Amino acid sequence: MPKREDIKKILVIGSGPIVIGQAAEFDYAGTQACQALKEEGYEVILINSNPATIMTDTSMADKVYIEPITYEFVSRIIRQERPDGLLPTLGGQTGLNMAVELQKSGILDEYNIELLGTKLHSIEQAEDRDLFRTLMNDLNEPVPASAIIHTLEEAYEFVEEIGYPIIVRPAYTLGGTGGGLVYNEADLIEIVTSGLKYSPVTQCLVEKSIAGFKEVEYEVMRDSKDGAIVVCNMENIDPVGVHTGDSIVVAPSQTLSDREYQMLRNSSLKIIRALGIEGGCNVQFALDPDSYQYYIIEVNPRVSRSSALASKATGYPIAKIAAKIAAGYTLDEIKNPITKTTYASFEPALDYVVSKIPRWPFDKFEAANRTLGTQMKATGEVMAIGRNLEESLLKAVRSLETNVLHLQIEKLEALTQEEMEHRLQKADDERLFIVAEAMRRGYTVEQVWELTKIDRFFLNKILGIIQFEGKLKEAPFNEDILNESKELGFSDDTIAKFWNVTEREVYDFRYEKEIVPVYKMVDTCAAEFESKTPYFYGTYEDENESVITDKKSIVVLGSGPIRIGQGIEFDYATVHTVLAIKEAGYEAIIINNNPETVSTDFSISDKLYFEPLAVEDVMHIINHEKPAGVIVQFGGQTAINLADELSARGVTILGTSLDDMDRAENRDKFEQALQELEVLQPLGRTATSVDGAVEIANKIGYPVLVRPSYVLGGRAMEIVYFEEELLRYMENAAKVNPKHPVLIDRYLIGKEIEVDAICDGETVVIPGIMEHIERAGVHSGDSIAVYPPQSLSEKTKQKVIETTIKLARGLNIIGLLNIQFVLHEDEVYVLEVNPRSSRTVPFLSKITGVPMANLATKAILGIKLNNLGYETGYVKEAKEVSVKVPVFSFAKLRDVDITLGPEMKSTGEVMGRDLTIEKALYKGLVASGMNIPTHGSVLFTVADKDKDEALELIRRFHRIGYHILATEGTAKRITEENIPVTVVNKIGAEKPHMLDVIRQGQAQFVINTLTKGKQPARDGFRIRREAVENGVVCLTSMDTAEALLRVLELITFASEAMPSFQEEKAVVTTR
Amino acid sequence: MRRQLILENGEVFVGKAFGSGKQMSGEVVFNTGMTGYQEILSDPSYCAQIVTLTYPLIGNYGINRDDFESIKPSINGLIVKEAAKFPSNWRNEETMDELLKANDIPGLEGIDTRKLTRMIREHGTLKGKLCSMDVDVDAVVSELKEMSLIKNQVSLVSTKQSYASPGRGYRVVLIDYGMKKGILRELNNRGCDIVVVPYNATSEEILRLNPDGIMLSNGPGDPVNVPEAVETLKNLLGKAPIFGICLGHQLLALACGASTTKLKFGHRGSNHPVKELASGKVDITSQNHGYTVEAHSIKNTKLSITHVAVNDGTVEGIEHTEYPAFSVQYHPEASPGPEDANGLFERFMELMKKNIESKIGTRG
Repeated sequence: MPKREDIKKILVIGSGPIVIGQAAEFDYAGTQACQALKEEGYEVILINSNPATIMTDTSMADKVYIEPITYEFVSRIIRQERPDGLLPTLGGQTGLNMAVELQKSGILDEYNIELLGTKLHSIEQAEDRDLFRTLMNDLNEPVPASAIIHTLEEAYEFVEEIGYPIIVRPAYTLGGTGGGLVYNEADLIEIVTSGLKYSPVTQCLVEKSIAGFKEVEYEVMRDSKDGAIVVCNMENIDPVGVHTGDSIVVAPSQTLSDREYQMLRNSSLKIIRALGIEGGCNVQFALDPDSYQYYIIEVNPRVSRSSALASKATGYPIAKIAAKIAAGYTLDEIKNPITKTTYASFEPALDYVVSKIPRWPFDKFEAANRTLGTQMKATGEVMAIGRNLEESLLKAVRSLETNVLHLQIEKLEALTQEEMEHRLQKADDERLFIVAEAMRRGYTVEQVWELTKIDRFFLNKILGIIQFEGKLKEAPFNEDILNESKELGFSDDTIAKFWNVTEREVYDFRYEKEIVPVYKMVDTCAAEFESKTPYFYGTYEDENESVITDKKSIVVLGSGPIRIGQGIEFDYATVHTVLAIKEAGYEAIIINNNPETVSTDFSISDKLYFEPLAVEDVMHIINHEKPAGVIVQFGGQTAINLADELSARGVTILGTSLDDMDRAENRDKFEQALQELEVLQPLGRTATSVDGAVEIANKIGYPVLVRPSYVLGGRAMEIVYFEEELLRYMENAAKVNPKHPVLIDRYLIGKEIEVDAICDGETVVIPGIMEHIERAGVHSGDSIAVYPPQSLSEKTKQKVIETTIKLARGLNIIGLLNIQFVLHEDEVYVLEVNPRSSRTVPFLSKITGVPMANLATKAILGIKLNNLGYETGYVKEAKEVSVKVPVFSFAKLRDVDITLGPEMKSTGEVMGRDLTIEKALYKGLVASGMNIPTHGSVLFTVADKDKDEALELIRRFHRIGYHILATEGTAKRITEENIPVTVVNKIGAEKPHMLDVIRQGQAQFVINTLTKGKQPARDGFRIRREAVENGVVCLTSMDTAEALLRVLELITFASEAMPSFQEEKAVVTTR
Repeated sequence: MRRQLILENGEVFVGKAFGSGKQMSGEVVFNTGMTGYQEILSDPSYCAQIVTLTYPLIGNYGINRDDFESIKPSINGLIVKEAAKFPSNWRNEETMDELLKANDIPGLEGIDTRKLTRMIREHGTLKGKLCSMDVDVDAVVSELKEMSLIKNQVSLVSTKQSYASPGRGYRVVLIDYGMKKGILRELNNRGCDIVVVPYNATSEEILRLNPDGIMLSNGPGDPVNVPEAVETLKNLLGKAPIFGICLGHQLLALACGASTTKLKFGHRGSNHPVKELASGKVDITSQNHGYTVEAHSIKNTKLSITHVAVNDGTVEGIEHTEYPAFSVQYHPEASPGPEDANGLFERFMELMKKNIESKIGTRG
């Protein structure tokens, strides 16, 4: 069926901010979908609250609304735009839920808007537990048996019917408290009894346990004429029990025979047809490793994280094809965009092995519970391609950028046998490495299998790697062994360690012996058809398919996996760099390893190398391509970290020179540079001993900001207010010594100001100045940023502009720079200069209309900003106010303290834009997921130093009708102010205490700043977590609370009785 | 131990030996299926060919008792990137190496199979030989150039004797040109009373069995090399419903006056989309053929084209406009590959049912 002509205007709903479980894959999907629909001539209207995405570039749709994805705002846009159709299945769960809400509200019928692609009833059938089970039963497709029980007797009945093991899940308890796996009668009695006790409704879900089964996924597509295909299947190395987003996954499946493969293929096609999906769908199976028995675990009736992975793993662009299907095409009418000769109705054949490893945030959140289970915890993932499993897996390991380049983490050598076996059994983020460690200690495949239930196929592969280590050790500079080790994916760094030489020596020796990789094409068809798609991976084989053109080329290094501190913003900048390079007439070559992102869409660059961002892998490509230069400043810390080593190997780094970057990033050189440029910065010194630290702190005065010198991005940074705290920090957080000094800076309390600028060496363009809502001390990535600044005087702005120009020129910046200032007692101090693309580039580009990454790239390529129509100075401010609000994933990460501080914790961001700051803030907060009730109670538990500030806020909350809850000490102060307050007991005191109040929903907002001192900190932590787990808004900064208040004051009315003029009058008359 | 593949174009691929040590030559072809190696290497249609598998890891789930498509593999060699040493699957019984050794078939691993595949794609299928390292490469190349490929594969793999596979349903005579067990299995599953006959069974012999339907199996090689089968089919047309698969399809076309030709490098894999022209429905099919029915040759026959390949538009299915006879180029019995086209067996059952009903009708 050709495309539909009866619809003209299509609304696409995006997925909103990046949170754990819903990340950059939806930017990729959404971007593809919008492009595909525009290609077909439809008018595309997009709504998405996330400014950091390529999807929300104005060029991606005819109209882009960066507005909250809530009924309130989406319905407004619908009324305004009157689209003919709505495409809901490309914006993750957010987009899907929004579509369901819109449909139920009746607005779609009211305006005669058709849901395109998969229909609502299909979505509900897949998502609603009962409807889904009924459908599966009708189709004769097995789902794990389950039942709801209320008594132990009912549990017995269930077990009698289906046998052990079973899983018990108490109803309505958080994180499955009281539940667990039941293997026998003793377990059953214990766990069911406790489960029923914990459940507030005395109810448990009991389910047949399929833990230990193989987990296999199928990515399926179907069109409106019932044509259906499987794009890809994938096998999780981790068996059922670990969330698939947290599992190490390989594609295609490795241990399934054709009969098993086809059995599950048939099942997934049967399901997609029965559901009537029009577009993409993902079916997750559990397959018994010892029989043909399988179960359907879950069906996602939409494009998902797995479909992004499958798209990159096969080259088949699922989201793009899904959008075309929604527009009415059938699979056999759509050309396969890779081969351009075959059609979309075929199933990709791979001739390589793909591995995906999740990237977890536990390096940032050391306190977090690392155990993996049904709740996803990873923030991102890496993918690697190889011609064998070992190569694929080891390339993925070194793509992770966790300073681990092999299946080896040194500290694991210290594990006791007991610890090791425990961690093999209970999967956590390091299990892959623990498996390797166990094998180094002589564990057999059988022993490891007993503990992990990881298929022996994979265990044998890991064992092979470990056994090869021995061979390698005994044969330094043996050419054959070296060649074999490279074929197995060993990194030069690892080989160097075994040979006791430097990585460089191994690398040089390899080039001498011509042991270098070739590049193979990802072509969807295992070379059966000719294809021209420039999508490559490296491997140690014979034939090189990556042909070099005559065109001058530029290599761009991507930013690797999404992690806290290095999010999708850097992919945004990378994509724009690639596009700018193409515009400037060069061939743009990108190297990256993140399967979720737009930058690894093969249609973005002239050439895509899907490779680890490790020195050797990057050098191989550079040696092959011989580019005019490499651009590193858009790929975040990932790319910057490679610059030195690349330069040392003779690579031309374009843009700001390495020396100048060093002047910005090396503390001593930076201080010197600022002095030369006569720019102020907070006093600071480097301490190499505990005593030295105390001395310095005393000299510069408390509070001070302390951080170890060797970590970046705010890790292990802390603000300390007095000596005792400093001593504790020095003992616990940083092992100080002359090799690892600790930096101690004066902590200046004041407003934080952030600026991004572009410089070509002469002209310095400043697109925008942002002020932060939260005072300095909260990581800039976790602060609410406001543009244009609302509270800065003209004089301050001028000072900021002058300093920015001075720094850009003084540091010889070619490209982008980001500066953070603090405004302290009317004086502007520089906190930090980042000579590269920053997190705020997409936000500022969008609200100011200055294409920052594009301009910076042009400047890097030698094009003068003047010639592009820009002059030195501050670009005229827009009149709308825009705010960037951080979004956190705390609900997914138990045991993480949500207090804002110098360490970044947010995973994503949203934007709010309107005519006033209050309206913009309202949109921003709502878009960030904050529930803002217009009446209720506010619970204050604040540190003594914050009490005065808190009182002011309390007064304002009271004025607009909120009731105040507080502990005794604070309550006393409040009462003195004649404000009614309800006293709440402290934790540990008589019930109901603070935690009960939160649990029972008696407080709508919690404002908590108890972070210092042993007991208060611990109580503060419990309060904050309790709030997170109960979905109550919890603010840890007085500034954020004040911003919230401004919003509340905007949307509520004062509730005050009329003043008693009568009485006064009476007094007058009697006189 | 090292071993090499020498091709008629002079290219040499050096890798590691596995399986038997025998030196063997044959037409080198590639299959792109990611699973199903056991079915592929035991499919008689590959008789005398050296099969390259493009998926790099082969043998991961081992070799089991059930998945053979014939009792004895008839390939002349197997080329893979990596042959698994430690297979893992609950049905696994032996490794690829053990299987090939037991059947005296040479294997070669560790070569750039993608390079070889691309070479075949560019040049078309090539003659090649799996040799030890001590041979004179030039001599082997001239030998290969001189060598003509064998033409009697069908007689090698077809059953020598007729045999019955009893059931209580329709009587189907299954002509074995190099039959995959899967075809027999599908008919068994439908309760058919089957007699498998050799490729050179005469029409009289077949009609004496009083079939309700005649099934033409797959098989190796060029259909023009089995003229006796074509003659037989001419006599069978109209006598009972006919369903042909793969070589059976090509033979039916020849019997009806159409012609066949060799494809550059054939269709071999589990991912080939085929469109049914009447409904527009696309099935993903399992394919294995080097020859194809020429579309233009259909015009002057009583055949019509029912199915085409989505990728290259070649003929994938035909039916007779007067008699109940149809055939497809692909493998509805799957094994390996997708089972999307399994419904064709139902169509055959329907045809037999209708044919019987109409006979009863005329009798009555």
